[in-house]
This record gives sequence, structure tokens and C-alpha cells, in this order.
Amino acid sequence: MSDHHIKLPEGSIEKTTTTLNLGPTHPATHGVFQNVLELDGERIVNTEQTIGYIHRAFEKIAERRPLYQITPLTDRMNYCSSPINNMGWHQTCEKLLGLKLPKRVDYLRVIIMELARISDHLICNSIVGVDTGAYTGFLYVMQYRELIYEIYEEVCGSRLTTNIGRIGGFERNFTNTSFEKLEKFLDEYPEVLNEFNNLFMRNRIFMERTIGTGGITAERALNYGFTGPNLRAAGVDYDVRVHSPYSSYEDFDFIIPVGKTGDNYDRFMVRNEEMKQSLSIIEQAYRKVQEFKGADAEVFHADVPEYYLPEKEDVYTKMEALIYHFKIVMGETDIPAGEVYHSVEGGNGELGFYLISDGGRTPYRLHFRRPCFIYYQAYGELIKGSMLSDAIVTMSSLNLIAGEMDG
Amino acid sequence: MSLTNDIVRARLTEKFADQVTDWEEPYGLLTFTAPKEMNLKILHFLFEDEQLRFRFLTTLCAVHYPDRKGEEMAVVYHLHNLVDNIRLRLKVFSDINQPDVFTATKLYECANWMERETYDFYGVNFIGHPNLKRIQNVEEMDYFPMRKEFPLEDQTRIDKDDVMFGRG
Amino acid sequence: MARPVQYNIKNEGGKPINIAEAPPGHTGEGFFTTKLSDLVGLARKNSIWPLPFATSCCGIEFMATMGSHYDLARFGAERIGFSPRQCDLLMVMGTIAKKMGPVLRQVYLQMAEPRWVLSVGACACSGGIFDTYSVLQGIDQIIPVDVYVPGCPPRPEAILDGIMKIQDVIGQESLRRRNSDRYKELMSSYGIQ
Repeated sequence: MSDHHIKLPEGSIEKTTTTLNLGPTHPATHGVFQNVLELDGERIVNTEQTIGYIHRAFEKIAERRPLYQITPLTDRMNYCSSPINNMGWHQTCEKLLGLKLPKRVDYLRVIIMELARISDHLICNSIVGVDTGAYTGFLYVMQYRELIYEIYEEVCGSRLTTNIGRIGGFERNFTNTSFEKLEKFLDEYPEVLNEFNNLFMRNRIFMERTIGTGGITAERALNYGFTGPNLRAAGVDYDVRVHSPYSSYEDFDFIIPVGKTGDNYDRFMVRNEEMKQSLSIIEQAYRKVQEFKGADAEVFHADVPEYYLPEKEDVYTKMEALIYHFKIVMGETDIPAGEVYHSVEGGNGELGFYLISDGGRTPYRLHFRRPCFIYYQAYGELIKGSMLSDAIVTMSSLNLIAGEMDG
Repeated sequence: MSLTNDIVRARLTEKFADQVTDWEEPYGLLTFTAPKEMNLKILHFLFEDEQLRFRFLTTLCAVHYPDRKGEEMAVVYHLHNLVDNIRLRLKVFSDINQPDVFTATKLYECANWMERETYDFYGVNFIGHPNLKRIQNVEEMDYFPMRKEFPLEDQTRIDKDDVMFGRG
Repeated sequence: MARPVQYNIKNEGGKPINIAEAPPGHTGEGFFTTKLSDLVGLARKNSIWPLPFATSCCGIEFMATMGSHYDLARFGAERIGFSPRQCDLLMVMGTIAKKMGPVLRQVYLQMAEPRWVLSVGACACSGGIFDTYSVLQGIDQIIPVDVYVPGCPPRPEAILDGIMKIQDVIGQESLRRRNSDRYKELMSSYGIQ
């Protein structure tokens, strides 16, 4: 900066840093948020983040809708793993209503949630690959995400924003086709995961790009409110599935992978290992589901008539079923008053739902604890002093999903 | 002996006497209320105490109660003790005409954006916040949308007919 | 010894092989005449360079469309770019909030003629399920749109159908359209010079 071979015009101010706008529209996959970076050459000196480019006012919409109409809203928060959001919301409602679910429903929910977790981690890891230049991994695993989408389609009819399940269970029993597709996935996927790993894990270029960049210590991570794989990569083994088990997670045997330095490579490896653990959980859950025989094998929802639509034959023949059907569809069921906070382990960490009800037909206040919003604040600290290309890799390895961030 | 809700309650009442009120335990989560001037002192006590160790701020939000005159704006903190797995909910009420609450950013870094979001939606003024401006909505917005008196829909839109939605 | 040339004329199983039709024109000994706009349209529609303006969930369905299962590359639209100066098709996928509106408009203004806009998803078409104070109720309030693809999110097949409709629009566009009065009127109704 001090050799003046460029002649500056009279009166101009010599700046020592450059301001770069990594604006809201940047290459498709990440989402809309803005980073203004101040660069000294290639090193980042200061940053400022702006979000809110996709603010859809979920919390205000939720004050207007009955409980089951809020499920499609929760889908659109973390849209890479929407079944986890749906299940979390249904469990919040069940906690408020004081429901206890049959084991088969819990195990089926676990299968769906772990499939969603695999789907979310696959996107994140393959996008980290794309950002370091390896496009192949991304295209290769997209094929297996299609398999997961097919399983969702068999259960609920939709691929991405699933609105899966109901308060009390599922809308219909899992068909044999869905179990066949699940078996096909369980057969084929472990090899694919190994091949995907071989592309990255000991790849010299990938390791040099990701080791040592974007690191954070465990204390700072806790202070910043990190949860999920980002926190586990920093060394803290906090997982909501183990600390406050929900949906019978205590019946399953799995380990929590933990990293050391919290840098990009650790995050990649933690997500990788979590996918393997999710596969093992799905296999255990599938075996447990197959153990139910006879009438137990037909159970797919709890008995909660005020919130679960009754069977059509009953609606046409019985009086109470007709009244419940009418009340549910017209949205005239009164929610019991109370305040409840429930959290589930989403793809990015602790996804919390704080629901206050005053006895009306819609919630009085619903607040979503969105992990992406909370840990994106740390981005400035993560990249200060590192180079611009490391900032890009850090952004994708944090798994920032704009829908969850703005909400 | 491991930490339970009763021990937390006993320690807090011992330290703060009658400033912590309205003890409840909805669905197992210990909840209490404190005056708004005491919020930082209570948060510091919960953070630094070696037995209590509430060192994780799960979430921070506000609730608008237009019917409670003099105390319309509530700020709710959810805290978590990760070692003993105990959660805690602290509520702080303030008047809607002067919703000033001390900021928790010096203690918890994550409170920074959470308080900005609360300011954006409800207008709660956090005293001492390093950068209190709107985060989710456009900067030029002049009202606080989540308050109960404001509608959800944009009233200037012409392509949607409110009568058809049952709101005419 | 050179490898012998191979032609795909075997067609085992009698599957129908479709040969793309030439545009209507007059053929002769060594020449073929057709309308210039047909020829230009044929070239343009089979080599679209899309700009994926993906904001939310529809963006993930777009990623699935780009994947190998529902390949977008077979329509010639493989080279996606993020620079508005280089692209012809602006695919707006996802909710556009009022904060994002000026950014979208600026990206549209930076695109060079001829340019087309594909609005993917219910949120981009009309605000979708988010009838709130912070969401723009449809991008056609700020930029002119050529094809709308409904759905929440639309299946990749629906997005491909939208691309095919855009190809029809591009293939049949008259060469004088961008200078015509009607187009100028359309642009001025959006406040674009």
C-alpha cells in the first residue's frame, strides 16, 4: 500500500482496506443474507451481517392459525429437513395437551426424523465440497436424496415441504412400498456414503482448505448459543436427543460424535459421522417396528379425538365423530391454556418451540428458537483474520439456511 | 446432591428474597418473575454461581399482554444448565410506554441479535446494547409489527380480497 | 487404424426415435430457407443461460432439477450463471420479501436484452401462503414475468414444464418485439426505461 506507482488524483483519500459486498444474491445454494467485508488485501479485517431478506413473519402468522395449520409453517423454516420441524411442533402440541403416544408411532417418527437428518447433512456436506471446488460429490449424492424424497412421498405425498404426521401420530399407516423403499435405501446408501467420504476425507486439497479455518473454542461457542453439529465440532457433546429424550430416543443405542477444534474440517467430519449414526438408528428403529405383530402393527396414531380427524365411516355413522370432524375442520377447538417450551434436535441444533396459549382457538404467542439465527452472529468472529476463500467455505460449512434464519 | 428445581428456587429466594415472585412449574420448567431492574443481577448470579451454573441462554423473546395494564411488555429468558440438565424461565415485565430493559449482551454474546429481533418486533429498548437497530424488517419501518394492535396483512395490497378470507 | 464411425441406427426394441423437427421453410438442393426469427428462436431456446435467483424452499427443488434424476442440462440450460450480464433467463424461486424487492429489481435491470423471467413457486407468483406485511405479494408487482410455475414447491417435473413453456415463448418471439410500442408500454408500466 505504500509504494505509489499509481498516481492518485489530488485530494483523494488513500484507503488501506477494501469493502466488498457479499450481497444477498450470491451463488444459488446458500440463501439470502448479506455480508459486508472489509478486506486488507486478501485478509478480512471486519465484517457486518444483514439478514431479513426473507422475513416471512412466521410468529405473527402463527397467532392467527389453529394448531394443525401451523405445521406447514414449520416446514418452511429449515426446508432441508422439514419432517424434523413438523415432528417437533407436533410434540410441542402433544406436550401441551398431555398426550402419551404408542411406541410404534414413536419409532416411525424416529425413522422419519433420522432420514431428514441424513438429508440435511448430505446437502451441507456436498455444498462444502462444491465450495472447495468438488462438484462431483454434490451431483452424486443428490440421487440418494431423491430416494429419501420417495420415501416421504409414500408416507405423506409430498417431497420437500412435507407437513408429515398429525398431532397424535401419522395420517395413514406406512405402506409396504414405503418399507421396501426404506430397505432399498438402507442397502444402497452405506456404500455411497463411503464413496462420498473417499472423495473428501483424505483429499489433500480439501484438508488444506478446511483444517484450521473457521475455528471456535468451546466456551465461545457456548456463549454464542451454538448447538447441534457446530457445537459438537467444538468439543461439547450436547445433543437434545440424549439430554432430554423425546419420541422414545432413549430406547436407541447411538454415540454422539464430537470434534476438537471446531474448524470446518471438524464440522464436516461430525456431520459425516452423524449420518452413519443416523443410519444405525434407522436400522434399529426398523427392526423394532417389525417386531410389532397383529393389531399392534396397525397402530399409527394415538387416540386424541379433538385434534385427530376421525375415520370417514365413523363421521357418517356416529354423532360424536361428526361433531369432532366439524370442530376440527372449522378450527373451533379450544386449546387448553398453558405455556410450554419443547425442543428437538434439528439438523442445525436445538430447534425450540415456545408456545403460550390462553385458552382460545389459536396460540397467544408462538416463538421459534431457530438455531441458524443464533449462531450466524458468530460468523464475524469465525472469519476475522482469515482469507476471503476461507470465509466462503466457513459460510457453507455452518449450514446456514435462510428460511430458518429469518423466519 | 444433584441440582433440582427446588434447590434452584431455594437459592434464588435466599439471595433475592421477595423480588422473585410468581413461582410456577408448567410442564416441569421452573418459571419465575422479577422486576426489570433486577434482570442483570439475577442473570449474573445464575451464571457465576458454582452450584447453579446456568451458562447457556437458550432463547430470549417478548410477549405483549395488552390486558395487563402497567405491565404490558414481558421479556422472557430461557436459561439452561447443560451440566445438570435443568432449564429455567425468567420473566421480566415492563410498561408499554417505557419498555426499557438492561441488555444481556455482555454476559451472553447470543443475546445480541435476539434483543435486536425483540426490538424490531415489539419495540423493547435494551439499554446498553451495542447496535440496537432493526434486523428482520426494513430499516424504514416505523411501527412494531408483532404488537397485538397491528394486523398481519399488508393493508395496501389490492389483489387479495379480505371478504373471501372471512376477514372483510 | 481409425475407429470405424458408429451411427445410432440399431434401435433395438422398436422404441420411437424422435427427430427434432426443422422449422417450417422451403428446402432446395443444398439450401433451406426459413424465417430469421424461427432460426434465431431455435438457437436461443436450446441454449438458455439461466440465472437461478433461489431464495428459499423452491431453490432446493431447483437443485433437484439440476441433479441427474431430473436433468435440466438436456434442455441446453446447463450453464447456470450468477452474473446478470451474462444470463438470459431469470428464474425467481422462493419468497421475495419487501426487503429483497429492490435487489431483485436491480438484478433484473442489469440483465441485457433479450431477457425472460420465470417465476417458480407460489410465493414468487403471488405471495403464496405468506399473506403478511413483510412479503411481496408476487414478483409481478416489480418486474414483468413471462411464465408462472405454481406449486409449493413445484415438483421438478413442473419446473421442467415451465422451462419448456419458456422455450416455446423464446422460440416464437418476433425479432421486433423488444422495440415495439407494446413492449415499451409494458416496461414503462413497471417504471423501467
